[in-house]
Amino acid sequence: MSSVLRVLFAPGFFASSPVHVALAVGGVAALVSGVVGTFTVLRGQSYSGHALADLAVTGGSATFLASISPLWGFAGTGVIAAGIMDMIGIRRPRGRDLATGIVRGAGLGLAALFLYWDTTSTSTTGATVTILFGSMFTISNSVVPLVVAFGVSALAIVAILYRPLLLSSVSADVAAARGVRVRLTGLACLIAIALAVSLAAVTVGAILSTALLVGPAAIALRVTSTPGRATMAAALIAVVTTWLGVVLAYDSITWPPSHNGWPVSFFIVTLIFLGFVAAQLTRRARQAKG
Amino acid sequence: MINAWISASIVAVIAGVVGFFVVLRGAAFVADAVPQGAFAGAAGASLLGINTLVGLGLFALAGSLGIGWLSKRARRDVSTAMILVVLLGLGALFLSFTVEYSAEIFSLLFGEVLGVSTSEILPIAVLGAVCVLAVLLLFRPLLMSSLAPESSAAAGISNTRMELIFLVIVALATSLTLPVVGALLIFSLMIGPPAAARSLTASPLAAMGLSVVLAVLTVWVAIAASFETNWPIGFFVGAGGAVCYAVGRLIAWLRTSHKRRVSDS
Repeated sequence: MSSVLRVLFAPGFFASSPVHVALAVGGVAALVSGVVGTFTVLRGQSYSGHALADLAVTGGSATFLASISPLWGFAGTGVIAAGIMDMIGIRRPRGRDLATGIVRGAGLGLAALFLYWDTTSTSTTGATVTILFGSMFTISNSVVPLVVAFGVSALAIVAILYRPLLLSSVSADVAAARGVRVRLTGLACLIAIALAVSLAAVTVGAILSTALLVGPAAIALRVTSTPGRATMAAALIAVVTTWLGVVLAYDSITWPPSHNGWPVSFFIVTLIFLGFVAAQLTRRARQAKG
Repeated sequence: MINAWISASIVAVIAGVVGFFVVLRGAAFVADAVPQGAFAGAAGASLLGINTLVGLGLFALAGSLGIGWLSKRARRDVSTAMILVVLLGLGALFLSFTVEYSAEIFSLLFGEVLGVSTSEILPIAVLGAVCVLAVLLLFRPLLMSSLAPESSAAAGISNTRMELIFLVIVALATSLTLPVVGALLIFSLMIGPPAAARSLTASPLAAMGLSVVLAVLTVWVAIAASFETNWPIGFFVGAGGAVCYAVGRLIAWLRTSHKRRVSDS
C-alpha cells in the first residue's frame, strides 16, 4: 500500500508549500466551477462561460500593466463583460451566441493591446503565457483569501437564487409566470459564471478554465438528471480531477523531455475530457441495453 | 508591406464568405473554437520542426470532425467546449516543451500580418480559392440546410453531411487565416462583418457580398492603423468587428423604428 502511495505521490509532495497552495486554490476554483457549471450547461451558456474566461484575459493583462493582483482584473472584467453581454443580449440562443462573440472579439482585441504594452514595457514575453495558460505552482500565498472570497460570493449567488435559477433554466416562460424575474436571474447567473471563471483562470489559465466550468457539469448531468445531485457530483468531479492533475503534474517533473514538469492544465483537461467521452459512451451503452 | 495587403485581403474575403454561413447557422462558438484549437497544432508542429501550416490544418480538421462526432451524442455547445479545451490542453503541453517560443506564440495568437513573405502568399491564395469555390458551389444546399433544416431534408439534402462540409470549410478557412490575423481574432472577422451585413440586407447573396466588402474594409483599416501605431493588428480587427456589428444593429434599429413611426401615423 505504502509503495503504491509512493509511486503516486512523488517524494516531497506533502511537504511542498507551492503544492499546498495549488491544492487549496485549485480546489476552491474547481468546487465553484463545478457548481456554477451545472447551471451553465443547463442553460446552454457554455459559450458565454468560455467567452468570459477569455475576456478575463483582458483584465489580467491590464493588471499586469498596473501591477496589481491579476485576480482583481480577471473578476472585474468578467463582471463588466457579463453586464455588457446581458445588455446587448438577445433572447434567441443564436443571437446570444453572436452577441457573446462580438463582445469577446472586442475584449480580446483590447487584450492584444494590453499584452503588447506589457511586453514592450517590461520586455518579458512570459506575461502572455502566464496570463493565458496560468501556472498553479506560482500562485502566491497572499492570493488565497481573495480566491476564497470570490468563490464564496459566486456560491452565495447560486445558493440564494437556486430555485428561480433552476426554474428559469428549464423554462423561462413558466418561471416568468410564477413571478421570477428572469432577466435579473440571468444577469446574476452570468455574474456567478464570471466569478467562477476568473477563479479558474488564475489556477488553470484563462483559456482552460472553460474545461472546469463545462466538463464536470456535463459529465454529472449525463450520470444523473436530478439537478441537486448533479450539482454535487459536478463539484466533486471538478475537485477530484483538479487534485489528481496537481499530483500528476508534480510527478511529471522527472518525465522527459525537459524535466521541467508537464503543465497542470494539460493533466486536468485530459482527465476531464476522458471522463466526458466515457460518460457519453456508457450512457449510450446503457440506452442500447434498456 | 505589399505582401501584407495582399494576404490580408485574401483572408478578409475568405472570412467574409465563410463567416456569412457561420452567422447564418449560429455557429459562433464553433468558429471560435476551431482556430483556438488549431493554434495548439501550430505549437506542436513547431516543436517537431515541421511546417506550422500542416499542424494548423491537421488540428483544425481534427477539431472540426471531433465537434461533429461529439455533437451527435451531446449538446453542441458542450461538445465544442470539450474539444476546444482538450486541444488547448495539448497546446499547453507542447508549449511547455519549448523554451524560446513566447514571441512566436504571441504572433500566432494575435496575428503578424507584416511578417507574411511572398512564398507564403501562393498557398494562402490557392487554398483560399478552394475554400471560396466550395462555398459558392454548395451555396444553395448550405443555405437551405442553414435556414430550414426540415424542408431541406425533405428536398433530399443531408443535413448531417452539410454540417460536416461546413465544419471542414471552417477548418480550412481557419488554417489559412490564422497565421495572418491570429488565432484569437480571425473569428472577430468571421462574425462582425457578416452579422452587420445580415442586419442590413435580407437577400442572402447581397448579404454575403456586403460581408466580404465590410471584412476587407476592416482589414485594410486595421493594417493601416497597425502600421501607423505599431500596435498589434488584432486589436484593430477586434475593434473593427465590433464597430461593424454595432453600426449594423444601429442602422437596422433606426430602420425598424422609422417604419414603426410611419405605420403609426
